Amino acid sequence: MGALPSISIAIVGSGGAGALTAADALLEAAGAAGWHGLFTRTMGPQIRGGEAAGLLRLAIHPVECLPDHFDLLIGIDWLNAHRFGAEIKLGPQTLVISDPGSGEPPPIVTQSAARVVEIPMKEMAKAVLDGRANMIALGIAGRLLGFTTEQVFAPIEKRLAHKGATAIEASRAGILVGFGAAAGIDFDRHLAAPTPNSARRWLLSGNEATALGAIRGGIRFAAAYPITPATEILEWLAPNLVKVGGTLLQAEDELAAINMIIGSSFGGTPALTATSGPGLSLMIEALGLATAAEIPVVVVDVMRGGPSTGIPTKSEQGDLNIAIYGLHGDAPHLVLAPQSVGDCLFTTQWATYLAEVLQAPAIILSDQFMGQSRAAIERPADVAFIGARTLAADIAGAYKRYAMAVNGVSPMAIPGTSGGQYTADGLTHSERGTPTSGAADHSAQLDKRRDKLEHFNFGDHWASVEGNGNLAVITWGSLTGAAREAAGRAVADGIDARVVAPRLLSPVRPEQMTAALEGVKRILVVEQTHGGQFHKYLRAHYDLPAPVRVFHRPGPLPITAGEIHRAIMGWK
Amino acid sequence: MSSVNKRLAAKPADYKSGEKPIWCPGCGDHHVLMSFTRAFAQLGLPSEQIAVISGIGCSSRIPAYTNCYGFHGVHGRSLALAAGLKVTRPDLTVVVASGDGDGYSIGGNHFLHACRRNIDMTYVVMDNHIYGMTKGQPSPTTEPEFDTALSPGGTRVRPFHPLVIALASGANFIARCFSGQPNETAEVLVEAIRHPGFSFVEILSPCVTFRPDEKAWKDLVRPAPVAPTNDQGKAARRLMTDDGFNVGILYRGNRTPFQAMVGTCNTDLLELEKDFEL
Repeated sequence: MGALPSISIAIVGSGGAGALTAADALLEAAGAAGWHGLFTRTMGPQIRGGEAAGLLRLAIHPVECLPDHFDLLIGIDWLNAHRFGAEIKLGPQTLVISDPGSGEPPPIVTQSAARVVEIPMKEMAKAVLDGRANMIALGIAGRLLGFTTEQVFAPIEKRLAHKGATAIEASRAGILVGFGAAAGIDFDRHLAAPTPNSARRWLLSGNEATALGAIRGGIRFAAAYPITPATEILEWLAPNLVKVGGTLLQAEDELAAINMIIGSSFGGTPALTATSGPGLSLMIEALGLATAAEIPVVVVDVMRGGPSTGIPTKSEQGDLNIAIYGLHGDAPHLVLAPQSVGDCLFTTQWATYLAEVLQAPAIILSDQFMGQSRAAIERPADVAFIGARTLAADIAGAYKRYAMAVNGVSPMAIPGTSGGQYTADGLTHSERGTPTSGAADHSAQLDKRRDKLEHFNFGDHWASVEGNGNLAVITWGSLTGAAREAAGRAVADGIDARVVAPRLLSPVRPEQMTAALEGVKRILVVEQTHGGQFHKYLRAHYDLPAPVRVFHRPGPLPITAGEIHRAIMGWK
Repeated sequence: MSSVNKRLAAKPADYKSGEKPIWCPGCGDHHVLMSFTRAFAQLGLPSEQIAVISGIGCSSRIPAYTNCYGFHGVHGRSLALAAGLKVTRPDLTVVVASGDGDGYSIGGNHFLHACRRNIDMTYVVMDNHIYGMTKGQPSPTTEPEFDTALSPGGTRVRPFHPLVIALASGANFIARCFSGQPNETAEVLVEAIRHPGFSFVEILSPCVTFRPDEKAWKDLVRPAPVAPTNDQGKAARRLMTDDGFNVGILYRGNRTPFQAMVGTCNTDLLELEKDFEL
């Protein structure tokens, strides 16, 4: 077996064993050397003492989904490893490193055709002063993948810098032992050399990318109530907003968080909150207020398994319906979905821009998979989207906050502007903002709020449309990467496929969708929901000009490129 | 209060909008509006520098009757909305208007945390011990035996004591007023707005439609017999033991108001990216 374009590694261990640290260091080493990579952590709900697995895929190309099978599985120990069985698929090509001191490998190993090599990592660690088995594992992985010791040392030294020289030395010694232990193992699955590129790789999570995108788009205030799996957005924003003159306020609940950002935006400061499904549910009433009062705000929903508390640490796309249809009354607003870790930056920046320009709330549907995955990527391109709302200044005469305007966007006075005093109101109001229950004002303002969204030119960013094959895979969000990879394999198998993935879910773009589906003979809809929400959404809003099949499944298991590929190839 | 911003001879009428209030004739809230505009005039604030924030209910209609910036938001969340505004716009004078249903029932949690957070704003609750806008249901301050269609024979639930809760939660200024005394109320509002941190002013404001018995309040209220204290222990005892009709400033604390973490504005955004570069 020669050099592979992509290789995948899983490292598992009980909570605290350091499996995640080892996998994360490996990702960083690969990124620094010029490869791309994606690292997903999977764990139980316990804060400490549970089980953890680091799932890592490295490649010479951008990586936006996990593999069908893992090439290398290292079990630091096998405690509770059976819980990951469904997530870590092994094949005959898989090499499993098992510690004989940790008992029998779990069924996922013994029931596969994988080759098992025993290395007593715990015993080896005991021979190193302050040694830890996860550093032995890291050394083994580094050696098997063809890294140099220095490449593996670097990220560990960075992580341990605050712990001092002794801790660093212990880790270096452990890694070296691992390198030695792996020296004799026959493992011929090597990663092809990275494409030379002078640009430095970025290493970040989707949640961090979201937070940076928010600041780039102009967000200067955030209000926050902690919730898994969105908290990292807020924790990155807390210190970084301050650096750009903004601030973050911790709210007493999500009801407060959404109202705080409405207050900030009313005062002229672009504002965001981040939450997950349970929090979004609490924010819905105030999102209707922001729609009616035409106050721009950005709400990031990092989706997790639902309904109710659901599966906080696992991904699902089940919040599509509430994001689009959850508001009472006719309440047009923006709903967007990023498609990868890197795209979290672009989509959040764009959403902030759109919210500000259109004076409307924007809901961003990220998810746990891309939110909490860490990726080694190329630096996302700079884009010019910076939120700038149309302000009312130099007001002469009676100011009409909600004046009819050609494009539906009326200049907004912010407090402090003389002559612009008005009361923002969730009650149906006149152009002046005065409450009314009259039919004419009601329908005029409903028209205004609809038209400003529908008549806006969103340009090409509304969707990713790739290829022009006559089988279209329509998907959205973090499944886009897997769909793209599946379509690529189908093309290699002689099936002409294309991928259409809307980034803008609301308002819908019927003309653009018709163009994107031109010439299509078959449509495969792919989504991670139990009820087929996306399929029903497509049916409600778009003409689907060909026979449709739907591949959908709820979380928590990720939908892989291999499964989508099989759904394509199985459609005779 | 910057003297530069002070307008010469501001009049209460300068702070009124042309909107005609929807309140019933005789409602105490008419007088509260009068107290607001008198207080603003006495402070001499430019009306565009004042934001009046409210939720839902009769009392929450007040922003549009002023000539200030206003926000008539959703039920119970005015304090949160005002916090987001004041933290990002510390230059504004922020006054929050609420009622006993909006502020103490649906918005009760925000009340605790607003007191605790101690952002420099003034919270005015027009308390009439009833839900007026929905036509006469019991609120957290309704007497247990008060008979309503929703609670035949009374709620049999002990009323909530907003001033004590405000004190325990950290409010920095606590006063009780009676709407029928608009001049005295305006004086208290001036003091409340001037006082740093979170100021809480409960205004007994009769609902003449659903609580005609409250017309008797004018004979029950009396100036608090002692001067305001800054001692929480003394204040707690006084608030717990008075009959609810002592009016005036009852507590003036000296907690430092909330200060948002705000850094310099000039960090290059490219600097922030360095977190992610390999």
